[in-house]
Amino acid sequence: MTEMNISEAHKPGARFTVLSSLARIGKYTLIRLITIGIAVVVGILLTIFIANWGGHMDEIKRARIWEEVAMAVLADEALRLMPLKERETIIREKVAIEKRRMGLERPFLVRTPGYLTSALTLNLGWAPTMTSPSGSRLVRLILTERLAATLVLFGTAQLLLFFITLFSALFLSRRYGSWLDKAIIALAPTSAAPGWFYGIFLILIFAIVLGILPFGRMVAAPPPLTVLGYALSLLEHLILPVLAIIIGGIFAGIYGLRTFFLIHSSEDYVEMAKARGLPSGMIERRYVLRPTLPPIIMSFALTLIGMWMGGIILETVFVWPGLGSLLFEAIGRGETPVIVGSAIVYAYLLAATLFIMDIVFALVDPRVKVGAERRV
Amino acid sequence: MKQGLRQLMRYPAAAIGLAIIVILVVVAIYTVIAIPYNEAIRLWRGGGGLWAEYPKNAWPEWINLLPGENRPTTIILCSTEVGEKTVRPLAGGVSKVEILLPFDFTYDGFPQEISVFFAPQFDKRAPFAKITWLTPDGREIRVGERTAVGVYRMSIDGDLTRRLGGRAAHIGLFADPAAEGQPLKGRYTLRVKGWLMEENADLDARLVVFGQVHGLAGTDHLRRDLMVGLLWGIPVALVFGLLAAVGTQISTFILAAIGVWHRKWVDGAFRWLTQVNIIMPLLPILIMIGMFFSRSIGVMLGVIIFFNIFSASYFVLRAMFLQIKESSYIEAARAYGAGNSRIIFRYLIPKVIPVLLPQFILVVPGFVFLEASLAVLGLGDPHLPTLGKIIHEAHVNAAIFVGHYYWIVLPGVLLMVMGIAFAMVGYTLDRIINPRLRQI
Repeated sequence: MTEMNISEAHKPGARFTVLSSLARIGKYTLIRLITIGIAVVVGILLTIFIANWGGHMDEIKRARIWEEVAMAVLADEALRLMPLKERETIIREKVAIEKRRMGLERPFLVRTPGYLTSALTLNLGWAPTMTSPSGSRLVRLILTERLAATLVLFGTAQLLLFFITLFSALFLSRRYGSWLDKAIIALAPTSAAPGWFYGIFLILIFAIVLGILPFGRMVAAPPPLTVLGYALSLLEHLILPVLAIIIGGIFAGIYGLRTFFLIHSSEDYVEMAKARGLPSGMIERRYVLRPTLPPIIMSFALTLIGMWMGGIILETVFVWPGLGSLLFEAIGRGETPVIVGSAIVYAYLLAATLFIMDIVFALVDPRVKVGAERRV
Repeated sequence: MKQGLRQLMRYPAAAIGLAIIVILVVVAIYTVIAIPYNEAIRLWRGGGGLWAEYPKNAWPEWINLLPGENRPTTIILCSTEVGEKTVRPLAGGVSKVEILLPFDFTYDGFPQEISVFFAPQFDKRAPFAKITWLTPDGREIRVGERTAVGVYRMSIDGDLTRRLGGRAAHIGLFADPAAEGQPLKGRYTLRVKGWLMEENADLDARLVVFGQVHGLAGTDHLRRDLMVGLLWGIPVALVFGLLAAVGTQISTFILAAIGVWHRKWVDGAFRWLTQVNIIMPLLPILIMIGMFFSRSIGVMLGVIIFFNIFSASYFVLRAMFLQIKESSYIEAARAYGAGNSRIIFRYLIPKVIPVLLPQFILVVPGFVFLEASLAVLGLGDPHLPTLGKIIHEAHVNAAIFVGHYYWIVLPGVLLMVMGIAFAMVGYTLDRIINPRLRQI
């Protein structure tokens, strides 16, 4: 059995030059990009359908056309002396023209491709009342200007979470059965509650009762003028939300990984390496971490995706000026274009997460069947 | 089954988790019986003076168990039940009624408000009342004279406040003249002298001294007893979490089995659909549905299940099914000529069900918190009280910033206990059922 495996591995076809494996990774990446791209289009199409189910977006547009035309006609000096009835007919005519110009007369399905392209390019027009930090009413600007804050918070938190989880899990799998190990196992169920939930308690303890950390927002008000001061203020404001995200995911993460490592450390090839007397650090890197990394990254990607969604409330709780609190604000004000826009940006974020993880997956896993899948 | 349960109980975490779940289920059943659905909605909607005699934003009563805390509870005295009431006829059909409502006040804090609710009976001319406050140290304070109808809110009576030296009635009437900022303890009496202007008229009065603490859960900004909301939050959360878990897990499970068995384009299509599904922004979609169509909890549940038919666990289950598919007893089934659906439903699925069980229990808290998340965003069910809705109202009213911690902590702890209990059972089950984890 073992012999057969070895001989299989040494078949001439199994050997690749660096160049051809790069080409394969490139091809794999391209295929993944296309698949995920199609998935994004389908996802956004669905989002549009839901947003416009029952013509909700159209209704808002019609109402706005009516309002603008009516205001323009009523404010027109030249028409002021006309009787109200006649002015009303003028308004009605102008509204009809405007509607035809905007294409609202055509059936929804015919307009869908147009909606789709404008949604994919985030070309969603103007927000009725909301403005971006720089003062624009363009939905695209409102969304993109908030994106940076979200990326700062979640980028920091997720990188920290990933590495803390990975190294603590490795550490614990070495000290399997110790009191620390048992404590972490006992704490694993705490991850059932999401980060925002712990955020509320963290604010209560550190910001209100102890008063040592800010309760929310991204920088102090007014923002510090020096770069260093700004960075320090940002760091100070990052502590609690990042801590909340980490508490919400760390124990279950460590538990899962530790168990995974333990299972893999009992594999024959690890035992073999131990028998050969290799140092434990090398065993961990070569024989435990290497084969387990791809599934770890996959599950991390899924956690990440879950976290993007949880972030909407976390940002609201911490008044973090990112996409999530933007969405919350838009809900409160009933700003449909911004809500639809945020849904689309979130779809992009999820797709990007999946895609990046796919590439990392292909890079770390030597066995990944890049290119076409052959085994049936 | 019984043996499995016994095995489960050997782990303390699972035993505790299971005990909590059982308690929660019992409480949920009790709640649904004691406060039926319509009653819960009526109570939570309030209105019509339903909560008029409850204090506003009162802490739970157990706060008084802390050392140094002795906050007043609400005192309600009704002349039909306690105190003295004497009626003396005067000339011309007019009679005089005197109501004495004595009570002991032994707390360290001042009450929150003080009101008199009049319950007069008359045809045309309403009774007239003269109200006096008798303190434990023998002072008599003139409160006011007024027509005895409706509610007399003493705390917002400007004349009375002026007479008490700029202090509202609930402070001024209780203040100890010797010690500043301290209430005087002892027996207080409210005296209402009323003149009934007609033959068959009558007058009753209710004195409500609103406390700073109430019940086991306190009250919110609309004077509602939070206990109603917390109790009803339990069955809502449990049912929501369980139904969502059942709906999403079983559908993914069956689809994974079908996909693996048929392979080729079926599996390919399912995997692709799962990937599309993974990048669907579920929460924003739920938000849009909540805004444009319906916030009903049933609709939300349906949408959540729909968007989790191809959930991420498809890949995990697929890997499992792929392994089982190669096992010899499947080959045997194929050899005797079993059809596709027979193999899928009789051989593949039963083999993986035990593995599904921990997974099923572990996803319950996720859905419980998803519902809470929606409610916290202000998209909770419009009628039912839920735990998330209480947190939302507390958050909107800045509860933690003005010191009403109980308002957010109680529903929060309840949610957390619920989530952790399921997680504790789920993790232990995982350890028992997953053969690879058994040795660890």
